[in-house]
Formats: sequence, structure tokens, C-alpha cells
Amino acid sequence: MAEEAILGYLQHTEEIKDSGEFAAERNIDHNEIVNVIKSLHGFRYVDAEDIKRETWVLTDEGKTYTATGSPEFQLFNAIPPEGIPKDELQKKLDPSVFKIGCAQAAKNKWVEMGKQLVTRKVQNVDDKVKGLLLQIQQGQGIGSDDIKALKARKLIVPQTWKGYSVRKGPNYAPKRKQVVTDLTRENFQSGEWKELEFKEYNYSAKGAPLEGGHLHPLLKVRAQLKQIFLCMGFEEMPTNNFVESSFWNFDALFQPQQHPARDSHDTFFLDAPSTTKRLPEDYVERVKQIHETGGYESRGYVYDWKREEANKNLLRTHTTAVSSRMLYQLAQKPFAPKKYFSIDRVFRNEAVDRTHLAEFHQIEGLVCDRGLTLCDLIGVLHDFFSHLGMTKLKFKPAYNPYTEPSMEIFSYHEGFKKWVEVGNSGMFRPEMLRPMGLPEDVQVIAWGLSLERPTMILYGIDNIRDLFGPKVDLGLIKKNSICRLGIN
Amino acid sequence: MPTISVGRDRLFAALGRTYTQEEFEDLCFSFGIELDDVTTEKAIVRKEKHLEAEEDVDEDEEVIYKIEVPANRYDLLCLEGLAQALRVFCEWQQIPTYKLADVSKDAMLKMHVKPETSQIRPYIVCAVLRGITFDKARYNSFIDLQDKLHQNICRRRTLVAIGTHDLDTLKGPFTYEALPPSSVNFTPLKQERSFRADELMEFYKSDLKLKKFLHIIEDSPVFPVIYDRNRTVLSLPPIINGAHSAITLETKNVFIECTATDLTKAKIVLNTMVTTFSEYCANKFVIEPVEVVYPDGKSHIYPDLSIYNMEVSLPYVNGLIGVSLEAEEVTKLLNRMQLHAKQSTSDNKQAKFVVSVPPTRSDILHPCDVMEDVAIAYGFNAIKDKAIVDNKGSKRLAASLKLLPLNELSDLIRKEVAMVGFTEVLTFILCSKKENFAMLNRKDDTSKAVIIGNPRSSDFEAVRTSLMPGILKTVAHNKDHPKPIKIFEVGDISVLDDNNDVGAKNLRQLAALYCGANAGFEVVHGLVDRVMEKNGVPFVSSGDKSGYYIERSDEPEFLAGRQARIIYKGKHIGTFGIVHPEVSVIPEIVILIVLNNFDIPDPCSFVELNIESLL
Repeated sequence: MAEEAILGYLQHTEEIKDSGEFAAERNIDHNEIVNVIKSLHGFRYVDAEDIKRETWVLTDEGKTYTATGSPEFQLFNAIPPEGIPKDELQKKLDPSVFKIGCAQAAKNKWVEMGKQLVTRKVQNVDDKVKGLLLQIQQGQGIGSDDIKALKARKLIVPQTWKGYSVRKGPNYAPKRKQVVTDLTRENFQSGEWKELEFKEYNYSAKGAPLEGGHLHPLLKVRAQLKQIFLCMGFEEMPTNNFVESSFWNFDALFQPQQHPARDSHDTFFLDAPSTTKRLPEDYVERVKQIHETGGYESRGYVYDWKREEANKNLLRTHTTAVSSRMLYQLAQKPFAPKKYFSIDRVFRNEAVDRTHLAEFHQIEGLVCDRGLTLCDLIGVLHDFFSHLGMTKLKFKPAYNPYTEPSMEIFSYHEGFKKWVEVGNSGMFRPEMLRPMGLPEDVQVIAWGLSLERPTMILYGIDNIRDLFGPKVDLGLIKKNSICRLGIN
Repeated sequence: MPTISVGRDRLFAALGRTYTQEEFEDLCFSFGIELDDVTTEKAIVRKEKHLEAEEDVDEDEEVIYKIEVPANRYDLLCLEGLAQALRVFCEWQQIPTYKLADVSKDAMLKMHVKPETSQIRPYIVCAVLRGITFDKARYNSFIDLQDKLHQNICRRRTLVAIGTHDLDTLKGPFTYEALPPSSVNFTPLKQERSFRADELMEFYKSDLKLKKFLHIIEDSPVFPVIYDRNRTVLSLPPIINGAHSAITLETKNVFIECTATDLTKAKIVLNTMVTTFSEYCANKFVIEPVEVVYPDGKSHIYPDLSIYNMEVSLPYVNGLIGVSLEAEEVTKLLNRMQLHAKQSTSDNKQAKFVVSVPPTRSDILHPCDVMEDVAIAYGFNAIKDKAIVDNKGSKRLAASLKLLPLNELSDLIRKEVAMVGFTEVLTFILCSKKENFAMLNRKDDTSKAVIIGNPRSSDFEAVRTSLMPGILKTVAHNKDHPKPIKIFEVGDISVLDDNNDVGAKNLRQLAALYCGANAGFEVVHGLVDRVMEKNGVPFVSSGDKSGYYIERSDEPEFLAGRQARIIYKGKHIGTFGIVHPEVSVIPEIVILIVLNNFDIPDPCSFVELNIESLL
């Protein structure tokens, strides 16, 4: 009806000057008119210009009085000509009506609040307040003194009124054409689609949100790293053993028993299972020897090596514990070169903060072959990090009990404009390899880094708890982009 | 890695030149140390007191460099040692030669060790620095070095404790004894009055710095103590020195004693102290020895400054680094690392060196350490340019390349579960006992879980025996997420297992959860069917071992009547059900995770099954 009214009116008249008046004249709700104008404007049937006016609207209290009459009017009517005791009058009326009514009626000099009786002072009264409220409700103007009075009684409040002036638009037609937003089965099958006109598509809005499953960001990065390792010919080590003995985690790696990393400050030791049940005894003896008195050209650490320390179980502090098991196994067979990698969880009993958790993922790679050199290590690192898009590397001498030389790996970050540490590397010491039984000319080059740190840099996450753990927002997992590492 | 603080200007003075910060960082980088922080004394104090930076920063404040040094280089733990190492590295100084003063055996100071010391702290080594000149900065550095050594190699004084004394206040010979605490009386450093040793221990219980060392001797019937000829107490190691022999800026002759439970480390500590500070002695680099006489009559003269000769061949060094350096070049490079090398054969290609490892370089254990020093002096980054060209490492092919079946299967299943609309989460392996048992309505089953002995907080008490707590916590933290929530995790749990060498094993689990306006029991049931279908496992009737079926179960974490066991080839491999409302409304989790009163307001269904069984 509103649409017909507007389009019909404009067929003969140039302009609707005021949508409010237009609505009132036709007894159509103004909101409906506004919606139609907006829609017609969208399709450019009409051009519309905003009109704003300060108007007054009734409060809930004001609206009530348009029906019931003002409280003073109600009070007046409740007083019989002979008058009435105050308490009885009060019983006849709603408490708020009584209270306001008394005050206003007295002010209007309509009633006499006598000591015994409340009586009428005049015979007839005119409910002017109701009249004014009705006028405002109908959008008619009233005098400024009246506005003031009604406002003071909180019966009206100001409101900005919005409407439009409307003219024909470029696509004006007396009747709107049928438009659709999508092709339906009915339209499709009936052939009606030929007649259809599509509503102008909103090219600035996004499409419908889709439901579906998603993989975890950290594991998407893990998948790409695994691909890179596989491309480089590395084989995955089985790392599904969180519980490890100190022997494989430390002693086998020539990490002395007083080393700070073996403090309870850094390592989770276990109450159950507290100690390991079995170790390869002949190898344990060789490890004890190398710690205590040296051998294979080494001076050793020269201290009393204690079996109890080696037996203590812990949650592995690095996946290198697995590497030591793998290399030991390799040494029990005729030598064949190997390239190994793993990406799995490790545990540190350290204070947690924005970038450190008590558990994280370690990426580890190692090559075991005859005659490997420091050059080979640097070369492998260059290969590996190039796959990650890091081509500018430099190396800093470092210390690690089981590697010599040891190198920290730094990469130049173009975004941060500085060198950032991206990993650690080295050649395993002969004190680690020889007691295992690996031949003298076999070297092992290895490197390690965390999975979390490059992932945080990659996705611009600065709090590790936003990436990993139960506090991660599922919405972010769903929105997280694909990981393109290795395909640049 | 230990960090030492040195005054920048003093360091540059010791190096004989100044650097821009960037230049100095480059020098550190190539030598293998790191400029960690640049600060001032006042800034450090402010930071300790958590004060805001003051407006009026004093321009004249001394700039402090905080430098990280390798954990096995005790010789770099003070300015003197560090500056010397860098001077030698830059070829501005020759490698110093440390000598023992020429003292006849009779004139030599003696330390007699009493047999009782073997019960508590059996070793002692001593030395004297004669004619030393301290100033404020040197003195502070001397004290700091002791602190750093105590912190690092001495393992907070358990292995070795250092005492330094003004020798002119004492009279040799000395005795190292172990006596009942009640029979030792002396005035300790910084105190005015005399204490009995047992009272002193009580007194120090409130001393923030010293209380952490008390445990080392506290429970012993005898305390180690060092006396001079006049029964003056030098020290009560490893706790405190006597006030009587305290060193001051005016001290000329310093007596150093190191008591220990580890003799090797005691020798290293003593050597580090005397070599670095003999620089300030009247006879530079000359140290006066002390004879330590044990009850069995055996005697040792300390410090042991003997040089360790290590034979290293040129092909070994070249072969491991992957370069072809000439013998002469290697000698020069080693000199820069404070290692004197002498060529022992003339054949240049097969040259052998005798490398003299000085007492300052206790980190050199094996020829590979010498090889590393050659590489550092040559420059890792100089090697890099060559390495990239002729790298063989990554081109070498492993003999075979096998995929790990368990990890491959896990990844394949993860993708299938994601494809049916579940979102992957990754939760923690460590959890509290409460989350793992009580909150899931389960009994604390000690026969199953791996329990941590030294957790820092209750969050790290156990290794999860189920993926359930992590998944429920994820829902609790995402309760504003639009429903339904469909999440899953594939990960390892650990359980005790006597058949495994360490006594525990991992199990690879799949868990998934549905949470919405209804519990979605049939959705998780459907997921079980899908996983089985994708693994080619047929749905069979109860009792049939050729596929899988489900049967009624009665687990406390699920609602009765809406839960089922998954039986695969006759084996129970998992369970699913509507999460018991007492579990999903987990008020306790509230306290652990966030501090307002939250719970999971919606019904959930959960499934967990072991995927190793499907291999």
C-alpha cells in the first residue's frame, strides 16, 4: 500500500515534500513509508533526501494518560459533589495517580483539601493535559509553555524525527518490477527465470559464512615442516614416549650429572614410574667410563658418576633423547647412513609466560654419516631454512654439552629488520657417539628449534596461549590461514 | 647461560679501545658471547624495585653491559678474564703463561686436613695471591667472580665453596677440620659478636642470601671449619667466612681456600680465581702455592697449573670442519683462542700438533674442542660461504626412507574428522590430578597415571590419561562460541606399563566433542561410524570379531543409558556418551582457569578411542 501510494503520487506530482506529512495524510505508519522509501531508493526508483526535525514524543506515562486522562482529572472525577474523606479518596485511586492528582488538582485550584473532606472547588473541569498529549501524539505542534510543563512532568521527551523528501529516481516506474535475490527451484523449473530481474548484488558485503571442520594452526605448520623434511630425504623418528630415563635424556648425551639442566628447576622428575627398569648394561658401563675417566681421546669430566641419577625417570626435556636411542640402535648394526627428523612435545619445569609454556614442540633434524663436516652442517641448515623462506643466516659459537662445535642459528627478519635466533645446531661429540659403538669416522650433525616460535612469527601471534592450549579461541582456529611454508 | 655485568668503560679500557655498540655486538657474536642488555646501575635498582623510569636520567651514570657467556667458560665470568680472552682473540696480547712462585717446600704455607672432614666435605685446595693491588672496581670484580662461580660450576656451593682471606691477619699453618657445631665459636663476616656454629645456623635461617646454603651441612653431626695456627676461624664452609680475616681494599696478600665434594671442580674454581686475578699481582701471572697435607701423609701442591698436552692432527681439524687450512694457519687461529699449538711433524699435509691446554681452559676435553676453536677463530660465517657451495650433508641420501605408520594414520584420521566438520584443538599433556580424575567423576587411579614428583604448580601434577580434560577446558573457555561446537584432538596420553623399559608408554588417542542445544549423542556415534568406515572396518553384530560393534557401558563420566563402549575386533578401544552433567558443569575448573564462576552451560557428548588399535 505504501509503495503504491508513493509511486502513484510521484506519477503526477514532482515531489513528496515530507514523508511524515505524507504518511499522516494517508494514515499509513511512517516507519512503513520510510522502509519503502529506502527500498525504492536502493533500486533507484526514487531519489530521497534526509529531513531531520526535533519533535516531542510521549513517555510511557504520557501515553497512559491519553487513555485514562490525567491524574488530576481522574482525581477530580473521583470526588463526589458532597466531598469525600481523604483516606477514602485514596482508596479509590492508584497511589501514584492519587499523589500526582492531589498535587496537580490543588495547583489548578480544582479541589479543596479540607481537614475532614476533600471537596470540588469548581463544578466542571477540562482535561487539558490529555488534550495536549493527544495533540503531540498526532504530530501537531503545541505552545512552548505547554511543552515546558509536560516536559517537567516527564510526560514527553524530545526525539529527533527522521524522514525524507522524495522525487522520481532514474529508474522510476509507476510499478516495481519483480526482483529476486537467488534462483529458486520453482523459477528454474517453471521457466520463470527468463522474466526475473536480480536485485542489485551488494558487492561490498561478504558472502554467507560457511560451516565446516578445521585443522589446528600449529599442526598445519607441523605438516609443512614434515613435508620439507621428507623432500630433503629425512625419515621420521618415533617420538611417542613422553616418559624417559635420565640416562637417555642426559647421560647418553654426555651431559654431566651436575649440569644445571638436570636440576629439578628445569626438569619434571617422576613419582610414578620413578625409575627406569632396564638399560643396556654394557653401554651404561661405557657411558660411565667416558663421564668419569674419559676415553676415545677425551679427558672426561672426572667425577663420580652415579647410576641412581641415570635411573631417574623424567618427562623428556628434548627429543634428542629419542635421537640418542635411535643412534644407539643404529650402532648395533653394520653402519648405514641415516637422516632423521622428529617434531613432538617436550617438557620443561620452567616458569611460564607469554612466550614460554611448560610444554612445547621441538623440531629436530639430524644426519648421521661418515666424514660429515661443519660445512655439511651449515649447508644442511641453509637448505632447511631456505625451505622456510629464511635465506640470510649467520652462526654464533655457542655451548652445548653434547655438541662440538655448537652454533646458534640467526636469521635476518625482514619485517623486524633485525637478526633473530631461529635455532641451535652442532656436531655430536665423540664422547656421545663412540660409547654407542658408532665407527670413529661417523659424524652426526643435528639441529633443533621450537615449532611454536616460527608459527607465532608466521601468524603474528604474541601470546603463546593464543596458539596452543585450552584457552585458544575456536574462532581463530577456524579463521587461521593455510600454511604456505615450503611452497614459496 | 650465565650472564655477567661489566662496566662498559672499564671493559673498553681493558680492551684498549672503544667500540660502538654495534661493533661490540659483532665482536661478541664472532667470539660466541652475547651482549644481552645495556643498562645502568640505577636502572637495575629501579627494575628490582619495579619503579618507573625516572625523568632525570643522570648522563654520567656508568653504562653496564650485561654479557652472556657459555656455561662451560668459567674463565669468562669476570671482566678480567673476558677482556683478556678478547684481547688474545684480537691478537693484541700474547697468551699469558701462569707460573707458581718459587717457594721452597719448607717456606710453603701448609693446610693440614683432618680425617673427620671426609664425612662432610672431603677436599680442600688453596693458593696465595701475593702483592695484589685492589681498587674499588677490582675488588668488586673479585667478589662478583666468587658469586658467579658459586652460582654456576659450584652448583650453589654444594660442590665447591670459596673463601678468600687477608693473609696478613692470619698465621699458618692452617688446619681443615670437621667438628661438632657446638664446639665451633667465631665472629662471622658482617657480624659484631661471636656465635656458636649451631646458633649461627639458626641465626641465618632469616638471612635471605645465606639461608639457601644451610641445607648443605645442616644435618651433619660435624661442620667443616678452617683454623689458622692461633685457632682463628677462617671460615665455616660453605656458609660464611670469619670476620677476622676479611679482605679489604688495602689487602695485599690474599689467601684463597676452596672446600669441595668434587675435587676436579675445586681445582677448576681455584685456577679460575688465581689466573684471572694474578694479573694484579706484583709479579704478574705468578701464584704462590700452598701444600695440602692429608691425614694419610699424602700431600698435594695447589694450584695445579699444569698444562694439558693434547695431540691433534691437521687432517682431523680440516676433515671435521670441511676446509683445507695450512698447518701454520691453524697454529695462528688456535693462538687467538688462547691455545698454544706446536707442530710436531714437518709434513705439512699430515701435520700433527701438540696443543697446550692452559689451566684456564677446563672446557677443552677432546680434540673436537680444539677443532671447534679453530672453526670459531676462522669464523663460522666464513665457513658458511664455502659450505653453501659444496654442502654434501643434505644431498646424501638415507639408505631407505620409511614413513612412520602411526603418525601417517593419525594425520589421515585427523583430516577425515576435520572433513566431517570438526575443528581441531591442541591441548596440554600436563594436567592436575583433579582434572584427570575427580573432575571427570573418576577415581584417582594410581595404577594408571604418570605422576610428576616436582611440579611447579598443580597444573603440572600428572600426564593426562585421557584427552577429556583438555577438550572440556577448551569448551569452557569458548562458551561464547556459536553452537554447536564440534571439536576434536588427536594426541598422546601416557599410562604406566611395566613391559616398557622406562615403565610407561604413550597411547595415541582420538577424542571429539559435540556441544549444542542438545547433547548430540547420535552425532558422536555417527563420528565413530565414520572413522570406522574410513578405516574399512565393518559394523558387525555383538560378539563378532571381524569388525566393530558398540555395547552399553557404565562409566562415571557419562550419563547412564546414553553411553557405549566401542569394541573393535573383540577389544574395547574407546567409549562415547553424553558427558555427565556433574562433569560438564565443572565449578572446580573455574578456580583453575579463570576466576569467575563459569561452567559449561550446554549439554555435550564426547568420544575417545585409541587409534593405535586401527594400525
